[in-house]
Amino acid sequence: MENVLTYMTFVPLAGAALVLVLPNNAKLIRWVAAAATVPPLYLSIWLFNHFDRTKAGFQFVEKYQWIPTYNISYYMGADGLSISMILLTALLSFLCIFASFGIDKAVKGYFALFLMLDAGMMGVFCALDFFLFFVFWEVMLLPMYFLIGIWGGPRREYAAIKFFLYTLFGSGFMLIAILALYFSSEPHTFDMTVLMAQASKFGTEVLPMWPFKQLGWGFQHAIWMALFIGFAIKIPAFPFHTWLPDAHVEAPTAISVILAGVLLKMGTYGILRINFPMLPVATADLAFWFLGALGAFNIIYGALCAMAQKDLKKLVAYSSVSHMGYVMLGMASMTTQGINGAVLQMFNHGTITGMLFLLVGVVYDRAHHREIEGFGGLAAVMPVYTGITALAFFASMGLPGLSGFISEILVLLGTWQKYPVLTILGASGVILTAGYLLWTIQRVYLGPTNEKYLKIPDINGREIFTLVPLGVIVIIVGIYPAVVLDMLRATLDQINQIVLPHLHS
Amino acid sequence: MDLKNIGSLSFFYPEIVLSVTILLVIVLDLLTRNRRILSLVALIGCVAALIATFDLYSAQPGWMFHRMMVLDNFSLFFKIFALAATILCIWMSLGSNEIKQVHQGEYYTLLLTCTLGMSFMASSSNLLMAYLSLELVSLTSYVLTGFLPHNRRSSEAALKYLIYGGVASGTMIYGMSWIFGMTGSLDYGAIQTSLAQIAVNKTALFMALVFILAGFGYKIVFVPFHMWSPDVYQGAPTPFTAFLSVASNAAGLAILIRFFFPVMSRMVPGGDWTVVSGVEWPQVLLFLSMITMTIGNLCALNQRNLKRMLAYSGIAHAGYMMMGLAVLSNDGLSAILFYIVVYLIMNIGAFLVIGLIANVTGDEDIEDYRGLAWRGAVIPASCLAIFLLSLTGLPPFAGFIGKFFLFAAVLKVGGVFVILALVAVMNSVVSLYYYAKIIKTMFLDMPDPEAKAVTMASNDFTLLIPLTVLTLVFGIYFAPLLKFSQQSLSFFIK
Repeated sequence: MENVLTYMTFVPLAGAALVLVLPNNAKLIRWVAAAATVPPLYLSIWLFNHFDRTKAGFQFVEKYQWIPTYNISYYMGADGLSISMILLTALLSFLCIFASFGIDKAVKGYFALFLMLDAGMMGVFCALDFFLFFVFWEVMLLPMYFLIGIWGGPRREYAAIKFFLYTLFGSGFMLIAILALYFSSEPHTFDMTVLMAQASKFGTEVLPMWPFKQLGWGFQHAIWMALFIGFAIKIPAFPFHTWLPDAHVEAPTAISVILAGVLLKMGTYGILRINFPMLPVATADLAFWFLGALGAFNIIYGALCAMAQKDLKKLVAYSSVSHMGYVMLGMASMTTQGINGAVLQMFNHGTITGMLFLLVGVVYDRAHHREIEGFGGLAAVMPVYTGITALAFFASMGLPGLSGFISEILVLLGTWQKYPVLTILGASGVILTAGYLLWTIQRVYLGPTNEKYLKIPDINGREIFTLVPLGVIVIIVGIYPAVVLDMLRATLDQINQIVLPHLHS
Repeated sequence: MDLKNIGSLSFFYPEIVLSVTILLVIVLDLLTRNRRILSLVALIGCVAALIATFDLYSAQPGWMFHRMMVLDNFSLFFKIFALAATILCIWMSLGSNEIKQVHQGEYYTLLLTCTLGMSFMASSSNLLMAYLSLELVSLTSYVLTGFLPHNRRSSEAALKYLIYGGVASGTMIYGMSWIFGMTGSLDYGAIQTSLAQIAVNKTALFMALVFILAGFGYKIVFVPFHMWSPDVYQGAPTPFTAFLSVASNAAGLAILIRFFFPVMSRMVPGGDWTVVSGVEWPQVLLFLSMITMTIGNLCALNQRNLKRMLAYSGIAHAGYMMMGLAVLSNDGLSAILFYIVVYLIMNIGAFLVIGLIANVTGDEDIEDYRGLAWRGAVIPASCLAIFLLSLTGLPPFAGFIGKFFLFAAVLKVGGVFVILALVAVMNSVVSLYYYAKIIKTMFLDMPDPEAKAVTMASNDFTLLIPLTVLTLVFGIYFAPLLKFSQQSLSFFIK
């Protein structure tokens, strides 16, 4: 199939345009929006089937001249890393449209913006030209700002602008880094594949000024750090994570799912796609004491924060901070298990946290609050709901047989070979995670039923429909992780091979 | 090509068309009571002059009027720019309630005279001509600023503008006299030759340049010559504010680039420039650029009046554009030309919406925009949001591409300029806050229950929609505009 990636990116955009011109009929708009997410989902499954798992390079490549004077091209392509993310994006977008059927304020605007967001996300994972990548990266911000700001909770304005400012702050650094790489390459190019091939050209001689001189950093390290700030804000890594609890808590359910499921992955995706192969020396230098240590710190910090939360959604938000720490830790290990585990963790976190946010949304729609202490004994009135929640919680905890276990164990196995201390710290996060999740289950679902909620209905068909595909994936990947890992292996081995020679010890 | 008076006329027809239009408007003002005709005549005259200017584009460059002016693509670019801004301004004036209260004959006469002055500014190649054309623009602007009858704010703004303008141009002409004293000439070509031959006192030349910068800087609106701009923007009639915000800025840039680039620096092969006689004026511009954008953005944060806020944002944008001057390269200059066109589209677009809303609410306070999108004005609110986000420099809007080229020009030089780029990037983040505040007020806030609905006639959109579409199109497909700005970068005096 020709131009499959272009169709995946621009069908939702066309859908957004169509939604804008439709008559003001909420039902019609909802279904048209849902229909617009079906082609990307179908195409992503097609990609999954037709993707050659033995090749490491980019497949389904499309390249057209865009601005020849500056050597900017419309360049799309996918490898194992991006296809796993494309699958996640297509699936979550499709499900979240259904999760948004309850929206009744300015329906047209909501679904148009949602589809624009979908297009932007697809574009980020497909783009192989740095300029194009940056455009897609920024294009997502606008719909996200409005989706949180108009349809969000009580403090939505604050949360929306905070998200917007943080991300723009990071992307400012990213823009400078992109231009610096452009002017360092010969001939000047934004083509990521060429930049990867020219990685050796990006100098590592120590820069003669403060603070680079003291740190022993060269041009490559400075660029690495500038890009990292941009990505770290999305991950979100400490100390750039403070936008996340606000944005997650205020955003409507479906948007929280997209935020946690897809947007956070862009940070780690960017590091793997750009920092690792383009700046291997700096990556090798910073892997242990910076990236790995930050990952381990994130695991523990996120878990401790989650434990202290009173709001169910904020708890899930901080658990994201913790789980994304595993991704950073795994990447930093530069071992086959570690890096494969990291990307698998990205995929799994997308599905598991997606479920968790959907589940929080279900209970919020019924009780109109999310106070953990305000519930109790929900298992008695909502048995099906509680069953699905238990599955999601156990997956998040890393119970063997479910997908979270595989990725966490791979990360820890990989890291142990290189940094035992960090691994011990990271593994202790598993205990903390079990702690706050079990404690939450106990407080919300077990015990005597709160009298206010004796009559609330159990989960309905539409909600089950959004949850079941994710639950099935969680179980399948937990039993047979090779479905995803096979796809990743060749690509990640290649990325790993670029960095490994520069590792000192 | 070195043309005398009569010979020059055959390359001067855009200005002749404009002058005839001015006279026609004056005469028609006496003859007819129909105000519509006046604006239409002015509009047609400007369009004719614009077509004529396009016709001249890429003609053989040369001196005109005994080396008083030059004809080259650079001057034609800014003439096209001034005429385009005038056309947009007249179009806005057609639908503006403010303009309905004033004497339209004088209004259009003065507006077109201002445009004529800007054409002269773009092509003057003699310090005297530069001064005269700059004063022509300034004097007409003072009057137009104070044009609203019985409006204290408007009169106050005009007076402030006059005083600041007087001081700035006095300082400038003092600096010019130093240049004349050192080189013995007012002609750009002769100044260039004599600076290359004789050794001048560097301090004296530096001081002279700083004085001259005061005059140019007050037109471009950079710190510390920016004090007039917020009051003038707020006080002047909105269509004229829109015109002033882009055209005055552009004319100032034209005269500054012409004086500082071909005269005070020399082109070296490979598209770069080098300063003559060792006077490091680019460093002054480097610092002024950082200070200008920072002060502009910080002051804009807490404004309550939208026009005033855009005045400060205009100062910030002048700062961004000055980055392109400080790097002394053709990339920087073409980035400025690109940026100014994009700035024209998005800034006039923003003022257009402000004018439309003010027609209904009678005010420009940000508070009046509360819940605008939910009061029946989704389209104007969305357009304003697009213009503001484009001003912030977010893709996929044209403003991003403009900033991208400026940053690219700065980072290409590298070294200390990386700090300049960092300052500029951080400023963009700061600017998002106040632009987003407007968007928040329009979309995120709910309207007061008693707030009246804002309804728009369909002909209000005739200009708004094309400007919005252009903002989007140039954000995605900007190759033609890039080519145009690079082609326009040919100076006759090398």
